[in-house]
Amino acid sequence: MKRRQVEEAIFKFIMVCSFLLVASSLGLILFTVIVKGLPSLNWAMLTQTPKGGYYLGKEGGILNAIVGSIYLAGGGTLLALLLGLPIALYLGVYSRKSRISDWVRLSLDVLWGVPSIVYGAFGFILMLAMGMRASLLGGIITLALLELPIMTRAMDEVIRMMPRDLEQASLALGATRMETAIHVVIRQTLPGIITAILLAFGRGIGDAASVLFTAGYTDRLPSGLLRPVASLPLAVFFQLGTPFPEVQQRAYSAALVLTFIVLIISLGSRWLSSRLSRFALK
Amino acid sequence: MDSHVQTIDLNAFYGNTAALKNVNLEFPKRQITVIMGPSGCGKTTLLKTINRFLELTDGTRISGKVLIDGENIYAPNVDVTEIRKKAGLLAQRPYPLPMSIYDNVAYGLRIHNMKRGHDLDNAVEHHLREAGLWDEVKDRLRSPATGLSIGQQQRLCLARGLAVEPEMLLGDEPTSALDPISAQRIEQRLLDLKNEYTIVLVTHILRQAKRLADYVVFMYLGEVVECGPAQQVFENPQQERTRAYLEGQF
Repeated sequence: MKRRQVEEAIFKFIMVCSFLLVASSLGLILFTVIVKGLPSLNWAMLTQTPKGGYYLGKEGGILNAIVGSIYLAGGGTLLALLLGLPIALYLGVYSRKSRISDWVRLSLDVLWGVPSIVYGAFGFILMLAMGMRASLLGGIITLALLELPIMTRAMDEVIRMMPRDLEQASLALGATRMETAIHVVIRQTLPGIITAILLAFGRGIGDAASVLFTAGYTDRLPSGLLRPVASLPLAVFFQLGTPFPEVQQRAYSAALVLTFIVLIISLGSRWLSSRLSRFALK
Repeated sequence: MDSHVQTIDLNAFYGNTAALKNVNLEFPKRQITVIMGPSGCGKTTLLKTINRFLELTDGTRISGKVLIDGENIYAPNVDVTEIRKKAGLLAQRPYPLPMSIYDNVAYGLRIHNMKRGHDLDNAVEHHLREAGLWDEVKDRLRSPATGLSIGQQQRLCLARGLAVEPEMLLGDEPTSALDPISAQRIEQRLLDLKNEYTIVLVTHILRQAKRLADYVVFMYLGEVVECGPAQQVFENPQQERTRAYLEGQF
């Protein structure tokens, strides 16, 4: 009896420790970004593009990077969704357990583990072959490739968790698999699908290495699919690399803006998925 | 006897295990046929061959024929969605679709393009009445179907199944998850509906079988042991195993 209680206490202690570790790393990151970034965050940072001597710590802001990042990650996520949702539905509804679907899952898992700089290099080679330059389109395609495995596997998991009987309830009425997938499976798993999209968006917007070669960088606002765009992770990277303390501080406020965008999108999609899951079977 | 569904030399396998062995049966039109037998005897498997649901499980195989109105539903050119539309299914547990009460009933009508607009509203009301649920849900048709009690959900599933205008109803122990009063309501509905539909019901509740059955099929280990009119099978079983089962020996 005594020994079992000690075991219980030890495991409880380990649980508390791991919670504290996770919570405090999140807290520490937020703390650092806020303390270092907030002082130099001002309206001009958010509403202006870099102006004369920006990199020496003078006028202007990072609007180019904010808009660029939203375009890049938004476009990449949309493209990944267009490919990923059909793949996940195929895996979950059409070919649940077959040799093909096993291979698809394995490939996605391997792709998930590929470092983003490799996606960047791959995208770059692809663009060279197509005769494209560093551009918004190149960045979107590369980010879509980066996000695809995460999004698809996350959606696949939630679709596989869905009770088979629900799917069969629809099939029993004479629905095709396609109708079942669209009207029943997607509705039922919508909160999970939104989480998957969010996960992919988060990885896409925060990634610097994959857009380094493919999207380039510019001090201007994005002006077309075939023109280079700036992005927040690269803005942080370049600013931190300068020898000027004021500019380094701006890097932290750019990081703060990035964190905020992810936060707003997370909260927004949580709200959305709770509204949309009203009808789902619990 | 005017038979609606007929099985000819029907065998079914899960992998290498035979779940149905040479089943030759006829299910009469507009009557309730009850399939009974102990767990694992192939009752549900037999039911699932009638709406081609068995093929949804990996590793299943079928030989022989199932005829609905004389046509083999396993013939190569048969549209499986048409077969399933003809044979409404009432499962062990109700699974309302993730949509409103109204949309649950309208779902089948919409996918088969059967009704639109005002006609759709009328059809939904008609089938909810048919399932005995209308008075309880008429003021909250737009609320989630998952908010209903489990007994109401099962009647909603009945309404949903009736909406696509099937010719028969397949019940796979449809009252097993329900409380006695809800179960009684479903039974009453089935008795009312047998004038219009061929009903095939799987059950392991002997008393339910006695209350509902016009015809009885008794199965054991994948084989049909005995079948015939309910009164005959219950009161004067021809086979020793049927007699033993009816007396509660297994």
